[in-house]
Amino acid sequence: MRNTRALSPIFELSAPGRRGATLPPSDVPYAALDEILPAEARADALPDLPEVAEGDVVRHYTCISQLNMSVDTHFYPLGSCTMKYNPKRNERLASLPGMLDLHPYQSEASHQGMLQLLFELQQMLAEIAGLEAVSLQPAAGAHGELAALMTAAAYFRDRGEHRTKVLAPDSAHGTNPASAAVAGFDAVTVRSTPDGYVDLEDLKAKLDDQSAVFMITNPSTLGMFERNIKPIADMVHAAGGLLYLDGANMNAILGIARPGDFGADMMHYNPHKTFSGPHGGGGPGAGPIAVRGMLGPYLPAPVVAFDGVRYRLDYDRPKSIGRVRSFFGNVGVLVRAYCYIRTYGGKGLREVSENAVLNANYLLSKLKHIFPVPQGDRCMHEFVATASKIKAERGISAMDIAKRLLDYGFHAPTVYFPITVKESMMIEPTETESKETLDAFAEALFRITEEPADLLHEAPHSTGISRPDEVKAARQPQTSWPK
Amino acid sequence: MSYLFNTPDDQRAMLEAIGVGSMAELFAQLVPDEARLHRDLDIPHAMSELEMTGHMQALAAKNTACSSRPCFLGAGSYDHFIPAAVDALAGRGEFFTSYTPYQPEVSQGNLTVTFEYQTYITRLTGMDVANASLYDGATAATEAAMMSLEATGRRGRIVVAGTVHPEYRQTLQTYLNCLGVELVTVGYNETSGTVLPADIAAACNDQTACVLVQQPNFFGSLEEVEAIGRAAHEAGAMFVVSVDPISLGILKKPSEYGADVVTAEGQSLGNPLHYGGPYLGIIACKQEFVRRMPGRIAGQTVDRRGKRCWVLTLQTREQHIRREKATSNICTNQGLFALRATIYLSLLGPHGLRETAELCARKAHYARTLLNGAGGARFTVPFSAPTFKEFVVRDGAGTVEALLADAEQEGYFAGVSLGRWYPELADCFLVCVTEKRTRAEIDGLVGELTSSPVGLTAELTK
Amino acid sequence: MTPDQLKFSKTHEWTHFDPATKTATVGLSAFALEALTDLVYVELPNVGRKVSVGESFGEIESVKAVSDIYSPVAGEIVETYPVPNDPKDPKAAEKRMAQIKNDPYGEGWLVKIKVADEGALGSLLSYADYQKQCAEEQH
Repeated sequence: MRNTRALSPIFELSAPGRRGATLPPSDVPYAALDEILPAEARADALPDLPEVAEGDVVRHYTCISQLNMSVDTHFYPLGSCTMKYNPKRNERLASLPGMLDLHPYQSEASHQGMLQLLFELQQMLAEIAGLEAVSLQPAAGAHGELAALMTAAAYFRDRGEHRTKVLAPDSAHGTNPASAAVAGFDAVTVRSTPDGYVDLEDLKAKLDDQSAVFMITNPSTLGMFERNIKPIADMVHAAGGLLYLDGANMNAILGIARPGDFGADMMHYNPHKTFSGPHGGGGPGAGPIAVRGMLGPYLPAPVVAFDGVRYRLDYDRPKSIGRVRSFFGNVGVLVRAYCYIRTYGGKGLREVSENAVLNANYLLSKLKHIFPVPQGDRCMHEFVATASKIKAERGISAMDIAKRLLDYGFHAPTVYFPITVKESMMIEPTETESKETLDAFAEALFRITEEPADLLHEAPHSTGISRPDEVKAARQPQTSWPK
Repeated sequence: MSYLFNTPDDQRAMLEAIGVGSMAELFAQLVPDEARLHRDLDIPHAMSELEMTGHMQALAAKNTACSSRPCFLGAGSYDHFIPAAVDALAGRGEFFTSYTPYQPEVSQGNLTVTFEYQTYITRLTGMDVANASLYDGATAATEAAMMSLEATGRRGRIVVAGTVHPEYRQTLQTYLNCLGVELVTVGYNETSGTVLPADIAAACNDQTACVLVQQPNFFGSLEEVEAIGRAAHEAGAMFVVSVDPISLGILKKPSEYGADVVTAEGQSLGNPLHYGGPYLGIIACKQEFVRRMPGRIAGQTVDRRGKRCWVLTLQTREQHIRREKATSNICTNQGLFALRATIYLSLLGPHGLRETAELCARKAHYARTLLNGAGGARFTVPFSAPTFKEFVVRDGAGTVEALLADAEQEGYFAGVSLGRWYPELADCFLVCVTEKRTRAEIDGLVGELTSSPVGLTAELTK
Repeated sequence: MTPDQLKFSKTHEWTHFDPATKTATVGLSAFALEALTDLVYVELPNVGRKVSVGESFGEIESVKAVSDIYSPVAGEIVETYPVPNDPKDPKAAEKRMAQIKNDPYGEGWLVKIKVADEGALGSLLSYADYQKQCAEEQH
């Protein structure tokens, strides 16, 4: 029942003379275009876009949308991405004209409600972090990392210290070392132990008076709470450095442990994950950062301030690193985060994390017998299982299993990350799934392990396409439709 | 329990399966006690959907929506018309609640959109390759400058026109501070409101990686881009141009005047104002720089049965493979807003985009002509260069803050004051006229401004 | 050229030195190219660049991995044999990549370096020693 015509790229639907939008005629007195824009600046031809009717557009984008798996339609246990339910109410609330139709340069008097919301969000994010100062400006988690590292650099510069190194574990997300490089630091890798904790000996060996920041993901990428977090914080601080918390996995510790309390000096949030802003097919996210009071003066400007009567944008921050983007921040994502936090309240947020951790442990307990979990019987909100046993025995890889899961109507876990575990499958069920869904997912995995290897190598079988040829895509890159 | 599923019975059964007696026991095994928070978070009580709706409506009521009055605010964030189909289609959960196409077999919807988006961007700009998008116009311009450092191997200097959006320049400065690269800003000519190509040439040295200009510039004026591009290339530097994508409905493609990398703020293409974000960072470049391009790129290929399909490609540029040696630290793109831009451009088509651009230019020209000399010569247009949809107005009475506050009280968002970025333009403001403004609204604005009393204080804004 | 006429680096580059012109031709070993399945691109330095021993002057990419190419000698890059990057002729790149893979010690050469210091040549491995190292790596 697929509408194959509507699924074609829109360029194949084009027919001269069709159009999907009509503009009103000009209602101002006529002037020759040459008087307005000089001929030499103007294009000779019309823009090169397809000509399609509104009905074409609606059917095309509706039909292709149905080729996607999404949280609204499928269980999506994509580890490290926190694909939880995205509340419909937040979409409506963020789209109120008094929230959506605000211009970044309209007067402060004309958007006190928005400034109040953002001010309260700053305070709530500070409370959840256990850190004093917040910047809502960064546009994504990686951008938050970068802004925080820049903040750290400014802090050290101001103290007359020249520190050149940023350390991160080998299990860290690639953005950690990449952000360090963009911020002008040398990235140094610290080893992890086989069960996913920071190798304290290696950290000790690499920490010195040139170390500015140690970036840690806690709970770790393997879904474990770093048991040595306090000693690690002490080691970093003793070396004169700062501890950065990559907040990718905050969904496990809301109201349970606060980064500021366990020694982190700075952190970023991923509100599109933890606070359920929808992922939008790959963004937008947001990347607010929280830091200790001593680092507050260096945060990007402006921040929202409140004098007891009026809310205002505070640009008067002479030690600030400056801007990391235009305007205020990814406000649309922040408004949804605000709604999400207020929907749960303080106690409710802890229940979010408790249930996320419960669901993950329940699934782990069901799966560990067929897919060993190298770091043990327990996890936080996600765990990393390995298919290396079944790979050795039957030649079935994590990729085969991931692809076959699609046939069973489940999105695949994150595979081959982290790189420290072979044939890894990183599974994060989130709290917004039922026991029945988790049981069905485990059942599907059991059944897959009993299927013929050839069937799995060729999976998926029920999706519109089979596995794409990535080598051809990279060798002969065709990144746009030919003219 | 809001969006949770587990009932107390479920929880008991699951805890039993795990082999622990209680949630407390589970967490005691996981998190060292010294790291635990032993109280509830100090966050206000939970609100039901009904309560939350009332709360948000009350907050929204303290804001004046631009949709409730004639809006002449621009400066990088624009009030263009958004067809209903954009909201209806982009609001589909299959787009909205999906993520990065790590599994291309179940992401062909998003990948098709990204491929279409990249195609639109390359066709509008005349460049060979576009990526799947960046955060916003400021970071896109900044990433382009960072690309030029790598591509040219010159790490001494970036030359930027003083007429590039001040917040883009501030963003660029923040990034360059980390790398010890000098940012040289070329001032604008006071008569034209544009930078002089000779001044750009003079600012370039043999360590200059790129020249960055904005077209139309921050004042709405058209720069002499061809001559500036020549100056950049003669100095061995790359030529980076930040454009207004709507303007490409009527203005020359950047490829026609020698751009090597083109960036843009894509908010104008079907995306709401949203108080400045999230927006859409557009970047496109010539083929020779593709391996320096930051961010995701979708490419066409075939599946095992030879069927046409799309995947993310050229991934070795990115942080998840190259880590500290990646072209950028960027991980995500702005998928949803690239989708909206794609639907918007599909709906408008060649004629719709041309007409939108032309309406902006015509209406802005009308407003500019009316305001120049209005109020008994109190208001003048200080810059002579042709403008697209924005232009600068000088208030001879020098009371811009009070003037704009007064206009706001009378129901107009009249413009953006420039003194905060350009102290010498403290008596000036920037007016933006999109296709949405009617002649009656423009006439109304001029009437309101010319009747605004001189000598009001900015106290009105308080 | 056959491999036993060449010298090898631990990092899998081969070198052929011509004493008459004092020029070293450098490429990648068949072992390295075999390990990097699905080769998609090779990035080479500009002519004129000065390189030192062990300095990374280029990169070789497969779909999901990337490795540095290290200079076996110190000197100046005088010639390169790059992978074409022409949007109108994507097949050209593929052809060149196949050449690198299928004829690594002949037309697969990547750069020629005018050698500044011949001393470093002495510490390169013979083909037999290199093979021994590769055998160890496979374990």
